[in-house]
Amino acid sequence: MSTETPLIGDFHAAPAANPLGGARIGVVTFPGTLDDRDAARAVRLGGGTAVPLWHADESLQNVDAIVLPGGFSYGDYLRAGAIARFAPMMNKIIAAATAASGTRLPVLGICNGFQMLTESHLLPGSMVKNDHLKFLCRDQVLRVENTSTPWTSQFTEDELIAVPLKNQDGQYLADPATLEALEAEGRVVFRYVGENPNGSRNGIAGVTNETHNVVGLMPHPEHAVEAGYGPDDATGMRSGTDGLTIFTSVIASLAGGAQ
Amino acid sequence: MSEPTVTEKEFNIDTVEHASTTPDTDLPWAALGLKSDEYDRIVKILGRRPTAAELAMYSVMWSEHCSYKSSKVHLRQFGEKVTEEMKKDLMVGIGENAGVTNLGDGWAVTFKIESHNHPSFVEPYQGAATGVGGIVRDIISMGARPVAVMDPLRFGDIDHPDTKRVLPGVVSGIGGYGNSLGLPNIGGEVVFDSVYQDNPLVNALAVGVMRHEDIRLANASGVGNKVVLFGARTGGDGIGGASVLASESFDDSKPSKRPAVQVGDPFAEKVLIECCLELFHAELVEGIQDLGAAGISCATSELASNGEGGMHVELTKVLLRDPTLTPGEILMSESQERMMAVVTPANAAEFERVMAKWEVEYSWLGEVTDTGRLIIEWDGETIVDVDPRTVAHDGPVYERPYHRPEWQDALQADTFRSSAAGANLPGTAQELGGAVVDLMTSPNMADVSWITDQFDRFVGGNTALSQPDDSGVIRVDEETGLGVGLSTDANARYAYLDPYAGAQLALAESYRNVATSGAIPMAVSDCLNFGSPEDPEVMWQFAEAVRGLADGCQELGVPVTGGNVSLYNQTAGRAIHPTPVVGVLGKFDDVARRTPSGFERWADGQAIYLLGTTGDELDGSEFARGRDHLGGLPPKVDLKAEKMLGEILINASRDGMIDAAHDLSEGGLAAGLAEMALRFGVGARVAVDGICERDGVDPFTALFSESQARALVALPRSEELRFTDMTSARGFPALRIGVVDASSGDLEVAGPYQGGSFTLGLDELREAWSAVIPSRFATLGEATEAIRQEK
Repeated sequence: MSTETPLIGDFHAAPAANPLGGARIGVVTFPGTLDDRDAARAVRLGGGTAVPLWHADESLQNVDAIVLPGGFSYGDYLRAGAIARFAPMMNKIIAAATAASGTRLPVLGICNGFQMLTESHLLPGSMVKNDHLKFLCRDQVLRVENTSTPWTSQFTEDELIAVPLKNQDGQYLADPATLEALEAEGRVVFRYVGENPNGSRNGIAGVTNETHNVVGLMPHPEHAVEAGYGPDDATGMRSGTDGLTIFTSVIASLAGGAQ
Repeated sequence: MSEPTVTEKEFNIDTVEHASTTPDTDLPWAALGLKSDEYDRIVKILGRRPTAAELAMYSVMWSEHCSYKSSKVHLRQFGEKVTEEMKKDLMVGIGENAGVTNLGDGWAVTFKIESHNHPSFVEPYQGAATGVGGIVRDIISMGARPVAVMDPLRFGDIDHPDTKRVLPGVVSGIGGYGNSLGLPNIGGEVVFDSVYQDNPLVNALAVGVMRHEDIRLANASGVGNKVVLFGARTGGDGIGGASVLASESFDDSKPSKRPAVQVGDPFAEKVLIECCLELFHAELVEGIQDLGAAGISCATSELASNGEGGMHVELTKVLLRDPTLTPGEILMSESQERMMAVVTPANAAEFERVMAKWEVEYSWLGEVTDTGRLIIEWDGETIVDVDPRTVAHDGPVYERPYHRPEWQDALQADTFRSSAAGANLPGTAQELGGAVVDLMTSPNMADVSWITDQFDRFVGGNTALSQPDDSGVIRVDEETGLGVGLSTDANARYAYLDPYAGAQLALAESYRNVATSGAIPMAVSDCLNFGSPEDPEVMWQFAEAVRGLADGCQELGVPVTGGNVSLYNQTAGRAIHPTPVVGVLGKFDDVARRTPSGFERWADGQAIYLLGTTGDELDGSEFARGRDHLGGLPPKVDLKAEKMLGEILINASRDGMIDAAHDLSEGGLAAGLAEMALRFGVGARVAVDGICERDGVDPFTALFSESQARALVALPRSEELRFTDMTSARGFPALRIGVVDASSGDLEVAGPYQGGSFTLGLDELREAWSAVIPSRFATLGEATEAIRQEK
């Protein structure tokens, strides 16, 4: 069953015609997902083809990578991501992302998607309510500390990027041993710059798994892909498009063959 | 879990047959909010006493909230004062869930403002949350995809202890619900005034877009078509909310009727949005109606009376959260996140497939008939047999008496200049600079980002402007950039001084805001918040405000497409100031042309122009508020000037002449300049000498007067000639008052006063300006602070 996303931000807009358009990136919609159309737009603007996937389906439709977009799946009424994690589609994704042989599927979880990845144990740690107990929406500067993942390959090491942050449960927690391992192995991919917006341990905004194909990120790169609709940056109001590099990175990584 | 079967329920069913044979049974019509003559009318309509279920239906549908019985005779003007020209883009007018305006290219837009005032006072979080939910369902009911929300909010004194209860709850309720729906919050208002102490105003606007062919209406057409209720189950929340909670004042002399606020489930609503859009897309529903105030009573009677005129419903089929509910309670329940639709038998299976996909519960209740009767049965026994029109449309209409208050003359005579507050005005550079800081750090001019940062403004990826810019701007068509701009405004102080002018000033400001951001104003939605209509003085305020708004809309050529009236906003005999909130929607051919409200860093050296003239208009101003004065007459309304200013701002935006624009309203030029500089932290050097000279006003007046039809713009020097040619061709006053200065980080204002000029450091000003609200509504608890320190 395909996902209908009528009107604004139509998933099914004509696929971008470009040499890299062959990269098919699945965007999964769960009940309560909010940023699926935005993620699909980001894939399209990055040069790929967005493939809408429905949480209850079992086929990955031969996609080359997966984005788990943000939102409030199942209302976040249990722990954020805790119910979505058991969707049939998630089982397929977990299997493909951890395949013992062949290429492991690149997976990006944004916000609620990141929470699903920690709930699925594809990524370590967990997210709890922001330490100030409020939803917070603002432009956020991040430092990209790991450029070896397929999602960050086009950034330069320690590059500063601006993307919107907007969440209620964005405080990243992990036990000291895990934090130490993440730091030692260079698996902190994104770190908050400036005031810690939610009390996350070590200012962590995003991490990757041991094989670097799975990345979770709390802020929203898909909202920083189009001038006029992104965060403010040096060139003007809402002009920031730093998030687009995440999508061009994965498409380039896929086109360039296995990492 | 097994459902209790009907027969297990322990209550007496008051059937129509039973009612006919027991004419003398006493019914609690007074407790349900009906007056004795209203009850007599129901008996006359039916030719017998109503059953308990019928009484429940009539009482909620004939309440002020649902029937507009006090306001109807005045609201007619919105229809009567609409010209053919104004109707040309109107696809659906007043009367449906929300009006629909043609945007061109096959797109249509629908928007509406509603109030959720009383519930938000009783239970701030749920009251505000369900306010968002209700208005969003109105938008879905039209066949539209909701694309944004806005929230005009009014609270009591910022330092009153109860404001600390109400404001954080309301803000987190709006965020908790709206953020979970994936709707960007693109603007609104935050006003503090002790007149709202026990009657905060929580208004909510939602806007949606659709293709022309997707417009849906609330009518039950096609005899034999099936009636289905879907979404959340029906529970005991909000029973009597419509008639009791939303219409009666919280007078201490009356028994408390407070525990009836509905509880929201934003996840259910989000699923309902997507599920409804899929139904529309597949053309599976013939008519649809959301369940809001008065729940199933409203949905069945309105759907039936707008369609073939008849409907047959079996009430035991309603899925319940609380199995003990009586038929009357089921009919009155205002449980949220429910919709009622009419579906052809042929589409029923496909409808069920969509429900299954989205895991939405539904139950088939009955069918459309041509009997002209709404028949509701309980386990086969008839408990309601009415002409649905008598419930939905033929409610009482009151010509409430009204008269101009005796105190109005004295109030208007008490001008700012003649009062003690008008003495010792700032005159030197130092005093004027201090007065600007005082103004910008007063609660009503302070930075509201502590509030708006709790709302998602990015979701959807189509937000081209949001607060603090003059209007919220949403792209509708990604290919062409077609989009809409929206603003909501009201100045209740002005409306208190002169309700007719005050309503027009609210319209003028909203119109000006939309035009300032570059959109062509097209349509109006209003939320009229007033005290008790049973008070002839309040009723006069209402009548004057409606007349003013209707006349103003006619003069500006923008039709009212829908709205809401909230009465009884008064406690212990003290009414709020009349607060006609006006929302204006405008159109952009390409939202890339939107004009931001501040100087950008790259705009260094651009010229700053003041458009419009400044008179001595301090009555009702923010400056006067700072000195606790309210009297005199509000600023003069000049809608011709507003229209011309709007044209100039729209053309300047379309032709790419200007890079920033900000309207002048509360706080006058002083606030306008400070806000433009604070927007991106980019300063300016300005002189007011030219204004004083041309308009014959002193520097204080130039800075703080709230004369209307004014705006500030910033433009590259290369565009100055073209721009001034345009303004002089129209004979519209434009005066170059300064330049953008990106290097200094200061706002410097020179003028013919002792000291020559004052300079405000923007960093310092921002710190004070942005601390006002957080300092009252403590952000981090002590424990959190301690943990942060430790880390």
